[in-house]
Amino acid sequence: MKQKQGLKEVYAWNPEAHLSTKVRAMPPSGIRKFFDLVANMKDAISLGVGEPDFITPWHVREACIYALESGTTHYTSNKGMPELREKIAEGIRDDLGLAYDPEEQILITTGVSEAVDLAFRATVNPGDEVLIPEPCYVAYTPDVELAGGRARSVPTRLSDEFKVKPEDLLAAVTPKTKTLVLSYPNNPTGAVMTRQDLEDIADVVVEKDLLVVSDEVYCKLSYWGKHSSFAQLEGMQDRTVILNGLSKSHAMTGWRIGYALGSEPITSAMTKIHQYTMLCAPVMAQVAALEALQSGKDEMLRMRHEYDLRRRLFVSGLNRIGLNTFEPGGAFYAFPSVKSTGLSSQEFAELLLKEQKVAVVPGNVFGECGEGFLRCSYATSREELIEALDRMENFLSSLK
Amino acid sequence: MNEILGILSENAKATPTEIAALLGRSEEEVARKIKGMEEAGIIKKYITLIDWEKLEVSYVFAVLELKVALQRKTGYDSVAERIARFSEVDSVRLISGDYDLQVTVKGKSMKDVAFFVAEKIATLEGIQSTCTHFILKTYKEHGVVLEDKQKPKRLVISP
Repeated sequence: MKQKQGLKEVYAWNPEAHLSTKVRAMPPSGIRKFFDLVANMKDAISLGVGEPDFITPWHVREACIYALESGTTHYTSNKGMPELREKIAEGIRDDLGLAYDPEEQILITTGVSEAVDLAFRATVNPGDEVLIPEPCYVAYTPDVELAGGRARSVPTRLSDEFKVKPEDLLAAVTPKTKTLVLSYPNNPTGAVMTRQDLEDIADVVVEKDLLVVSDEVYCKLSYWGKHSSFAQLEGMQDRTVILNGLSKSHAMTGWRIGYALGSEPITSAMTKIHQYTMLCAPVMAQVAALEALQSGKDEMLRMRHEYDLRRRLFVSGLNRIGLNTFEPGGAFYAFPSVKSTGLSSQEFAELLLKEQKVAVVPGNVFGECGEGFLRCSYATSREELIEALDRMENFLSSLK
Repeated sequence: MNEILGILSENAKATPTEIAALLGRSEEEVARKIKGMEEAGIIKKYITLIDWEKLEVSYVFAVLELKVALQRKTGYDSVAERIARFSEVDSVRLISGDYDLQVTVKGKSMKDVAFFVAEKIATLEGIQSTCTHFILKTYKEHGVVLEDKQKPKRLVISP
C-alpha cells in the first residue's frame, strides 16, 4: 500500500507541465477581474459590453428557423455558401467600389475572430513582426504570438484622435516587419481614419513592403459619412486583407459569422487552415447572414441611427460632467480621459464600480497608451446612459 | 423636423434638453420646432401607452365593422364624423375591402359596448350593417409588444 502511494508520487500527473510555453506566457485577460466584480453586483449599469444591445432582427431569426425546419443542417463548402459569398461581393462593390471574385477571394469564417487568427497564421513566419496600433481590440497580439510572430505595438494618441501616424509606423518598423494591422472604426476609441489619413500612411506601407490586415467590423457604424478602407487606395487592394462580419452591423454577435477578402493566394492560404480547423462556418448562421445582407438594410440603418443619437447624448454628457472626451466617428464606444482626476484607468474604474456601480473598461486593457482613458460602450439604452452619467457625475464630485 | 418627431413618437416624455443632446442641436431650437409643430397641428397630443390588462378594473375594447350607404353629397365623411363625436369611440377609419368604416370602441363591460353599438351606432342613418368583434387580448400596440418577457442577457463585460 505504502509502496503504491510512493509510485503515485513519482508518476504524479501535472497537467500544467504539459501546457505549451506560448500559452503559459500569455497574460490573462485584463477584463476578467471586472467581469467577476460586475457579475455579482445588483443594480450595476454596465458600459463594458462590446456588443449591440439589440436582438438580431426578427426576419433574420425567422429565416434561420425556417432553414432548420427545412432541414438545412449539412456542411457547406469550406469557403462558405456560394450565395452568401456572392452577396458579400455585391455589398463590397457597392460600399467600397472594389471587385472581389466570390469563388477565389472570399472566405466565410466563424466570426471575425477566426478570420483574424487565420490571417496571421497564413502569413506570419517565426520571428516576423506585426505592427499593431494601440489602443486596440485585445485579440491581435495573442493571435500574432500564437502564429509564431512578434507583435510590436504602435502608439496612437488623443492629440491625433487616435489615428495611426506615419512617423510612429516608421519608428516601429524593423527589417523583420511584415504586416500592419488596421482596425478602424476602432474598438476601444471609436476613432475613424479618413481616406486622407490612410493616404498618409500608404507610403510607409509600400516602402516597407507591408501586408495590411484591416479589421473593418465596425465599418457600417460610421457616423460621418462613408467608411474608407485601405484597400480602396490606388494599388492597395491586393496588399490588403479586409476582415469583416455581421456581428456589429446586424446585431449578430452570437451567430459567429465573419469573412475575409483579399488577393487569391492569401485567401486560399487562409482557406487551407480553415478547412482543417473549422471546416466551414455553421450553416444556419450562414443562412441567417444571407437573409441579413439581402433584406436587413433598413433594420441596420435603424440601429445605426439609434447609436448615433446615443453617441451625441453620451459624448456631450461626458464632456459636460468634466471628462474630456473626443468625438468618436464610429463604432459604439466613447473613450473619455480621466487624467484630470489624477487616478489611473484601473483605479478610476474600480472605484467607480464600487461606489456608483457603473462598470467601464480601463483603457490600459487595450494597450499601454490607453492608460488614462476608459472605454465606455453606448450600446445600451438611453435611460441607462443618462443614469450612468448621473452616477459618474456624483463620483467625480466625491473626488473633489 | 422628422428626427424630433421620431424621438417624440417613441417617448412623449422626452424633454427639449434631452432631444437637443440626442441630435446635437440647441435646446432653444428644439423647443421652438416642437412648439411650431404643436401650433401647426402636426403634434396633436402626447399620450401614454397603457397595458389595461394589468389593472384590476380594465376596459373592454371592440372593433366594429360598419357598412355604410353612401350619401350623395357628403360621401363617408358625414357619417364618420357623427360616429367620431361619441366619447366611447376611440378611433374611426375609412378602409378598403369588404366593409367601409372600422371603429374601435372602449367600454366598461361587454354589455356596455354591445348596447352602445345597438342603440347609438346601428341606428344611425346610413349604417347598413354592423359587426362587433370584442378584443380578447392585445399582443402588440403602437409597435410595443405588451407581454413582459425576460430580455436575453448579454455578458456584463466583453471585449
